[in-house]
Amino acid sequence: MTPVTHNPTPTTPHLWSKYGHVLSMGIQNTLVYRTNFLFRAAFGLVPLAATLFLWEAIYADKPAGTAIGAYTLAQMVSYYLLVTVVDAITAVAEDDWQIAADIKDGAVSQFLLKPLDFLAYRLCLYLSGRVIYTSVALIPVAFFLFFQREYLVGPAEPLRWILAPLSVLMAGLLQFFIAYTVALLSFWVLDVSTFIFIQFAFEFLASGHLFPLDILPDGLHRLLLWSPYPYLLYFPVGVYLGRIQGADLWQGFALQLAWVGVAFLIARFVWSRGLRKYTAVGG
Amino acid sequence: MPSFSRYAGIYAALIRYSLIHEMQFKVNFLLWIVVEALWFGLQLAFMTVLYGHTDQIAGWSRWEVVLLVGCNQFIQQLFHTLFVTNLSNLSELIRKGTLDLLLLQPVNTRFLISVKKFEIGNIINALMGLVVIVYSLAQLGRVPTLAQWLGFAVVCLAGLSVHYSLMFLLACISFWTVRAQGIVWGYYNLFNIARLPAEAFPRGAYRAVFTWVLPMLLVSNVPAKLLAQRLASPWEWLALLGMAVACFVVSELFWRFSLRHYTSASA
Repeated sequence: MTPVTHNPTPTTPHLWSKYGHVLSMGIQNTLVYRTNFLFRAAFGLVPLAATLFLWEAIYADKPAGTAIGAYTLAQMVSYYLLVTVVDAITAVAEDDWQIAADIKDGAVSQFLLKPLDFLAYRLCLYLSGRVIYTSVALIPVAFFLFFQREYLVGPAEPLRWILAPLSVLMAGLLQFFIAYTVALLSFWVLDVSTFIFIQFAFEFLASGHLFPLDILPDGLHRLLLWSPYPYLLYFPVGVYLGRIQGADLWQGFALQLAWVGVAFLIARFVWSRGLRKYTAVGG
Repeated sequence: MPSFSRYAGIYAALIRYSLIHEMQFKVNFLLWIVVEALWFGLQLAFMTVLYGHTDQIAGWSRWEVVLLVGCNQFIQQLFHTLFVTNLSNLSELIRKGTLDLLLLQPVNTRFLISVKKFEIGNIINALMGLVVIVYSLAQLGRVPTLAQWLGFAVVCLAGLSVHYSLMFLLACISFWTVRAQGIVWGYYNLFNIARLPAEAFPRGAYRAVFTWVLPMLLVSNVPAKLLAQRLASPWEWLALLGMAVACFVVSELFWRFSLRHYTSASA
């Protein structure tokens, strides 16, 4: 662990050293939460196991090798395992609550005075949070994956070793921009947690967290693909598993990139509107 | 019993206070009802999607599972109304040392901690669960007798008591670790499995643990089976009642043990 000391060397690129400090500070601060993260990741496996049992019970009543949607039992289990992995890498943990608190208790005031961009600052903290969370969650998740290892398949083809991480990276950015924007509603409302939970409910369903979206009726599945949510989980997992092919693959990447851009612009816009509304409380 | 009427009086005052407090933030109050309703809708949507691909899961038909989800919602929302907020506050009471104040009151401390805030909004969500129960019973063509409704009330109370005792037990962990915000979140994950048919789980460690240690697979399953008239034997509801008593006794013992370890945070 690098200690947090200010590095005044003028030769280092200014921007990187500045946000590099935020990153390393974030990592040290989030380390405090490691036990919490461990429990969170471990507890999260209880409903995952339950969902897998439920699917096994559904497939058990059908002739062996039956597909639901386009999924055999093994493919269905692989889908959920990868959702768990992508979710561990990209999900926001405390970020939205912290951003809301920063606004409520007036901590954002300092960002109006310092040469530090609030969005970039929070993004660094999100990234450091993900690094810690993913490494802690690795312990229980790896344990679980070990028992299900026959279902854990590699990427469908060599190219997907590059495409899948790329789509996970964009999923992370999209996830952060959405959470950031919802948290910014604190400029206007008293208690933003209701909005966080409402947003999360839609996300839970439409991102493919609950079930793979292509077991839905085709029209509904196609419609959902125009919304930003599938690009958080369903799309990266589909890219990895090779379920999304050909034209759908490139269209998906274009839409994912477009949604990342749109979400970024909305986040910027809401921030600038929020500042107009903002009255700093306290010194 | 003068003590009973005294506690009833205290509880009535606490409810009135919670109500006044809640009405200060009307929009927020309504939004929380929307949040809970959305998540309920989500569970029903999930089951609808599943039954789009199958006629039965482990012997449960579509409307039987909807009935189960409804029962789970009913119990869970009653639990929310009465206890969840209070139990998740326990770690704050300990961290800030506010617990001292409650310990000095001439009232049972566990009672005060458990029922301090009454969440009236969740009753609306509990009623939504009840509507789904009645609707799915109509779809199933089952008309429970009065005795069965009374039995339902009893097993629901037992389920409520299981949830309460287990979450109280978890909350007591904050006597040892100060950062215990993860507790509520952890309990939500346990909640999640209560709305699934117990028969879907193969006989093994998982099912045994969630039946006989953390009886999540009993709390909603038994009430739903009772109304759907598909209880295999009286042992099923007796198991729930037995576990409810056992969980409460264990939680009370753990509470007393925890209190002995309490060192106040305040000066």
